[in-house]
Amino acid sequence: MSEAGAPRAQGRHRSWLRWGGHRWSPLSWSGLGRSRRPDTPPDGPPVDPDDRFRFSDLLGEATADIGSRPGRLVTTIVGTVLGIAALVATIGFAQTAAGQIAKQFDRTAATQLVVTPATASTGGGATVATGALPWDAVPRLERLAGVESAALLAEVPLPDAVITAVPVNDPSQPPTATPPLYAASAGLLDTLGGQLSTGRFFDAGHDLRADRVAVLGARAAERLGVQRVDTQPSVFIDGIAYAVLGVLDSVDVRAELLNAVLIPTGTARADFGLAVPGDAQARIAIGAGPQLRSQAALALAPDDLASLEVRAPDARSELGRDVQADVNGVFVILGVIVLLAGGVGIANVTLLSVMERVGEIGLRRAIGATGRQIAGQFIAESVVIGLLGGLIGAAVGVFAVVLVSAVRGWTPVVDPWTAVGGALLGAVLGLLAGGLPARRAARIEPVDALRGGT
Amino acid sequence: MTAEAAAPDTAPDTAPVTAPLPVATPAIELRDVTRSFPGPPEVQALKGVSVSVAHGEYVSIIGPSGSGKSTMLNILGLLDRPTVGEYRLGGVLTGGLSEDDRAAVRARQLGFVFQAFHLMSRRSVLENVQLPMLYNGTPRAQRESRAREALDRVGLSHRVDFLPGTLSGGERQRVAVARAVASRPRVLLADEPTGNLDATTSAEIMDLFEELHADGLTLLVITHDGAVARRASRRIRLADGRVSETP
Repeated sequence: MSEAGAPRAQGRHRSWLRWGGHRWSPLSWSGLGRSRRPDTPPDGPPVDPDDRFRFSDLLGEATADIGSRPGRLVTTIVGTVLGIAALVATIGFAQTAAGQIAKQFDRTAATQLVVTPATASTGGGATVATGALPWDAVPRLERLAGVESAALLAEVPLPDAVITAVPVNDPSQPPTATPPLYAASAGLLDTLGGQLSTGRFFDAGHDLRADRVAVLGARAAERLGVQRVDTQPSVFIDGIAYAVLGVLDSVDVRAELLNAVLIPTGTARADFGLAVPGDAQARIAIGAGPQLRSQAALALAPDDLASLEVRAPDARSELGRDVQADVNGVFVILGVIVLLAGGVGIANVTLLSVMERVGEIGLRRAIGATGRQIAGQFIAESVVIGLLGGLIGAAVGVFAVVLVSAVRGWTPVVDPWTAVGGALLGAVLGLLAGGLPARRAARIEPVDALRGGT
Repeated sequence: MTAEAAAPDTAPDTAPVTAPLPVATPAIELRDVTRSFPGPPEVQALKGVSVSVAHGEYVSIIGPSGSGKSTMLNILGLLDRPTVGEYRLGGVLTGGLSEDDRAAVRARQLGFVFQAFHLMSRRSVLENVQLPMLYNGTPRAQRESRAREALDRVGLSHRVDFLPGTLSGGERQRVAVARAVASRPRVLLADEPTGNLDATTSAEIMDLFEELHADGLTLLVITHDGAVARRASRRIRLADGRVSETP
């Protein structure tokens, strides 16, 4: 036997070196420490697999002492908390900002589709329309999927006519600029997202009967001296009285209408000989733009597609994407740096903990723990600490996004996977940071460890 | 076990290990064990030591510091390997076992009592006593009752939920003894068990050892204290790495 003893003594570190090799795999956690343990030890009955050192035992041993020193725990996880919080908040802010931009963008231009007749330049430099919209453009557009409401809008030319609130012809009065006159269909208010400050908008019945009614834009109303409609005021357009139904307070698009006087299309055709509708305006669902761009022309002028021009928004906001990329770039790098510092913090404190607990490690080895079980215990401990830091960090990050959004009146947008990913990232950080201390702990010789005190 | 071919004179080893051990098989058998620490200068802590301890024996190993006592205990406790020579525990040659197998043998067959107690200060007395059973495959359902039984045996059933820091030195060492015997080892190894205790508490621990011995446990106590050594039924003197039996 003496010939076997010497090589054995030299080879005693071999099993620690193999620790980093194929025998260690995250998939065989439950097999920790028993892969080489014989089912039948040198003597004695075989051990029931349920009674072996299992993953739950490992977790129990690893977590038993984590809370016993709260001060140290706080200093250990503060770096991870800050790093994860910075990352989660950065991504959350980017998502919130992108959502905010998209919302503003969508509410105005991204939901508006405009169809105008194509134009051509004449030899004299003037532009003339080369096509015309049909009068039933509104029902034709509203049949298309994605169109929420549609309206016709046309400027009525008034070469000499004046619009006044009082039918007095005073030759001594200096001539004033007349508000522009527009003919609109009844769905205009809904289509443009307009708000009335008083009164009501004319409806399809007014249009059909060619009633002499008008709605004033807010600034036109101010100029004409009309503040309220319950006194049944009238405006005189080219000498004809029109009952004022309401005053337009605001519109999301086509703000020029606030300067104008609006009358129903039917009235304009009857009184002013309006020959063709000007444009068709439609409010569409978000994302329906590209599809409706081709469908609108087909619906309105199937015989001559080129006679109409359709302006529809793109499906997505390029602007929002750019902003998101900018925000992410700077802060993600910062967050990663803080996170690395947090990882070094975990590694340091775990290493310190290994050094402090040399006696405990020696004891565990003496009473039968294998090196892998010791390593697993410290790795599990740092993973749990990392996960804890990740959870707190993700919570802080989400809370920061919610808080800032609440103060700024935004809608907080955080992908749930960002928070989940943040917590898991903390655990991964703990796994990486625990590797070195765990290896150090597994290499501790019980003989050396037991020589010292507790 | 190719090593057995090299030692054909040990007939009992050829028997299957799971069979009941013949009475003649010693619990511990060291044969020509030398442990040297590479120098320079090279130090031989043990020089050709041969010791045999039968089942149920109570043996003390006495010697001055530096005589190789700790080295011997480390080898007996499978914490160290002899440079030359062979060590059989319960008739099984330990030289061919891997580190993990040695850990398993430690967990199932050996109990340790240390001079510095080595109790975990943030775990209760009961949790400390249960610790070895975590690693040696004791059926889960029996762990707590066995730990309480062991604490009862050392007279500490009223201290079950205390932390070790609140106990006296003698009580701590009794907890350590309870921890060592709760896992039902074949051999109890004690390294200067009374080194940190005063005379009265030392006597308590020695009384406890005698009770355990009376129950049939094999005990090896390493000490430099002649009074402690005299309590054992057999004394082995270690001086300068060599052993001699003393009456």
